[in-house]
Amino acid sequence: MTKSHEITAGFVPLLDSALLVVAKEKGFAESQDINLTLARERSWASIRDRLAVGHFEVAHILAPMPIACNLGLTAPAQEMVVPMALGLGGNAVTVSQALWQMMVACGAKDDLDARTNGAALRQVIVGKGPKLRFGVVHPYSGHNYELRYWLSASGIDPDHDIEILVLPPPDMGDALRAGLIDGYCAGEPWNTFGVLERDAHLATVKASIWRSSPEKVLGVNRKWSESNPEALSALLRALYLASLWCGDRSNHDELVELLSRSTYINRPTDWLRPALSGVLHIGEGVTAEIKDFFVPNAKAATFPWRSHALWFYTQMVRWGHIEHTRDHQQIAGSTYRPDLYREALKSLNVALPSANSKVEGALRSETPVGSTGALTLGPDGFFDGSLFDPDQVDAYIASQKRG
Amino acid sequence: MKPSSLNVLVIDENRIRASIIEEGLRESGYDKVTIVEDMFGLARRIADINPDVIVIDLENPNRDMLESFFQLSRAVRRPIAMFVDKSDEASIEAAVDAGVSAYIVDGLKQERVRPILKMAISRFNAFSRLTRELEETRGELENRKLIDRAKGMLMRTRGISEAEAYALLRRTAMNQNRKIVEIAQSLITAASLLDPGGDA
Repeated sequence: MTKSHEITAGFVPLLDSALLVVAKEKGFAESQDINLTLARERSWASIRDRLAVGHFEVAHILAPMPIACNLGLTAPAQEMVVPMALGLGGNAVTVSQALWQMMVACGAKDDLDARTNGAALRQVIVGKGPKLRFGVVHPYSGHNYELRYWLSASGIDPDHDIEILVLPPPDMGDALRAGLIDGYCAGEPWNTFGVLERDAHLATVKASIWRSSPEKVLGVNRKWSESNPEALSALLRALYLASLWCGDRSNHDELVELLSRSTYINRPTDWLRPALSGVLHIGEGVTAEIKDFFVPNAKAATFPWRSHALWFYTQMVRWGHIEHTRDHQQIAGSTYRPDLYREALKSLNVALPSANSKVEGALRSETPVGSTGALTLGPDGFFDGSLFDPDQVDAYIASQKRG
Repeated sequence: MKPSSLNVLVIDENRIRASIIEEGLRESGYDKVTIVEDMFGLARRIADINPDVIVIDLENPNRDMLESFFQLSRAVRRPIAMFVDKSDEASIEAAVDAGVSAYIVDGLKQERVRPILKMAISRFNAFSRLTRELEETRGELENRKLIDRAKGMLMRTRGISEAEAYALLRRTAMNQNRKIVEIAQSLITAASLLDPGGDA
């Protein structure tokens, strides 16, 4: 009889906390001998601090945050590892009705296409209205970096042409309606909330800016991971099984009900269903079906690609968050731990990618890849057609304009 | 600088707790204390107040906003968290346990800030103790109401005195190895199920 592992996981009430919630509620943690406790938090800063002091062994966390921690950009600077991702995609850029109307006048369309709608936004900004303000959830977030990437590739300087500020996701819709901000990039259900309850409109989605891109990951206190390798492996298996369950459409009604409970996201089921079905409310009663809006399991969605970590690092350099050095690049890349993922999932006999890194944007269509089983990746393109080769970090950084 | 010359900003959504901290700081000679509850226009407020130390509760959802403000601000020189002092793990843990976080402005000696954080920690702890006691008292009051109601029902239906009704409840509880309030609750539930009006 094995001793059961006690694990406390912090989470922020968002749709992509689903894997942790399902691991607990559907018995996947229990089946791996884990007594999993979930603790809801209201800010990413609290998640980070409680991981650092050992209140939590693991947490649902923004993909770039553990990298920022290990680079000493945040305090307390406790080392973290990322042995698993918690899904791909899931964010959107939502704008106020007034801004959307201006964008439409400049050619924006209801198809959420990042290129068309980015060009329309640029036209609005060139038209010299008052300086627009956009909200993101944290400086070291996928939201901040993908919004900046989209703006920049659309010819908008995110530091000079607009203003970006940080707001808690539940406050975004209200701030938008009050005119404090003109748009925001957030996770679900906060875009759906903006459209359904605050008269907002979706401009584009994460999947259109960078298809199959990483969002939340499992952040793990490094000290704990080193002294409890078995517990960590067991947890990764439980989360992988949970991701399979979440990826199965026939479970979505139950998943929506689970997540809507007061202990978890505590919001109406109608706000949660769109992100799972991929049929989003985009504004004025119109819906659109989006491919790969939120991917919990398919396309190796839980694999912690080193190339994802390195891409975030290039953006940290690009926007002046950190200086580019060999050491920094090394720290960023090694924060993600595909080795721990492989080790843990070996016994499940699931398909694993054969590499730890890939050229991001190279797969234009669904592609079967060499691995220990059947695994299909991509498409994973950036909307502007550019590639990120993790072996060419210097060149990539040099090629990127700030504005 | 005397302690009193430090500008302290307390950000707390809980007005009562914020004033408990303020009082403690004033007693210790920090008389430049400002309290902010809501975060509306926080960036501007911080620039106006120009604090040396910021104390914020860990549960505040606007901590991410506050940190990004530190990162962006040109008005306030880049402040650093109290937590940055890795040598003092105990005080980091104590702060997080109590649910408080403190930030100091770069250049200010950490030793000078430590008493403020210590004060905040002890006040946060005192406040949560108070809250717990209040909840317990409230729970007891609820329990007493339930027991009174069950007693009343027994007195009416069985024609017994209040003392007898209470004795009956207590005896049943002892026999079943349960709490009196649980017996009272099940009696009330049973009565509401049996009552055709179902309004109990």
